[in-house]
Amino acid sequence: MAQLEVDVVATDRQAWSGTAVSVSAPSVAGQIGILPGHTPLLAVLGKGTVRVLTGQGEPFEVEISGGFLSVDENLVTVVADEVTAKG
Amino acid sequence: MSGGAQRIYRQKIASTAKLQKVFRAQELIAASRIGAARARVAQATPYAKAITQAVAALAAHARVEHPLVEVRTDTNRVGVLTVSADRGMAGSYSAANIRETDRLLDQLKAAGKEVDLYVAGRRAYSHYVYRGATLKQNWVYGSDHPTLEAADQIAATLLTAFTAPAEAGGVAELHVVYTQFVSMVTQTPRVVRLLPLEVVDSPGQAGKPTPLYEFEPGEQAVLDALLPRYVHNRLYSFLLESAASELAARQAAMRTATDNATDLIKDYTRLANQARQADITQEITEIVSGADALSAAK
Repeated sequence: MAQLEVDVVATDRQAWSGTAVSVSAPSVAGQIGILPGHTPLLAVLGKGTVRVLTGQGEPFEVEISGGFLSVDENLVTVVADEVTAKG
Repeated sequence: MSGGAQRIYRQKIASTAKLQKVFRAQELIAASRIGAARARVAQATPYAKAITQAVAALAAHARVEHPLVEVRTDTNRVGVLTVSADRGMAGSYSAANIRETDRLLDQLKAAGKEVDLYVAGRRAYSHYVYRGATLKQNWVYGSDHPTLEAADQIAATLLTAFTAPAEAGGVAELHVVYTQFVSMVTQTPRVVRLLPLEVVDSPGQAGKPTPLYEFEPGEQAVLDALLPRYVHNRLYSFLLESAASELAARQAAMRTATDNATDLIKDYTRLANQARQADITQEITEIVSGADALSAAK
């Protein structure tokens, strides 16, 4: 099954990078989920939690204060203004 | 008689040696900070790349109509931001930056524009204030270690100026003069137009049908969110690159200064030795001629 290439970047660093089976992010209009094969998308993100399911082990979760998300041919980029690890 | 010359040379050697210590310390400080500065540039690159790609995708798939990309014709006022250093001892770094800024200012004024000058960094600030120029605003934020907050603050001010109506002193264009970090030995001042944004279609991929993009919640909302972030990010990367350039220029300048001090000390030591030798020769001559005179008087 196709997988997603995911990059989570903050303004001053790369927060996470790897492959995943699904990504869920807080769009301004509500939580959106991305699965492999999603149509190209540019979404504005609000405050909330980005959850990346890697398919094995713990999911990667971060709190973001806002940003946007782009999906293009299974390449998902979450661009966050501020990233704080979920504690 | 010329013990004076010797003393003067010794003093010069001592003061040059003291200066040399300062130069060497500055060189080492700059050298230790430049690694961190370049790492910050590298760390900010993924974000810059992501946001540039998103803007390019947007340009390719949507009609980009937004105040930030529109050319304003309602005012002939333009803004110029110059990014300089806080401290000197960086060779021609600040001078080159100011020269480039002046060139741009002359060019804009020749084109009949009114220029609002924004200044970041203490060197350019004191340069322009000393020459009686009126500055729109200036920031001193620690030019060799720019923070995200500083960049956001500057970007917010510039965006406000660009979106302000003409009567309120809005500007039609915004240019930034910063120093591009080409390599450890080359840093070149560069002028870029920050606003209005030039949105270029994503290059390449010709022939390949580009898929339809979805915009969430809508095209306009995505533009509203993306473009200001893009401006903030570009400004942040300008500050970071200028910081790396400043440190590289300082390191190179201080190394040259240290070397020059070494040469000077060598020269003065030679002169001091020569003066001492001359003194000795003279004393011997005096003693010998004194003894000669005494023996001749017998």
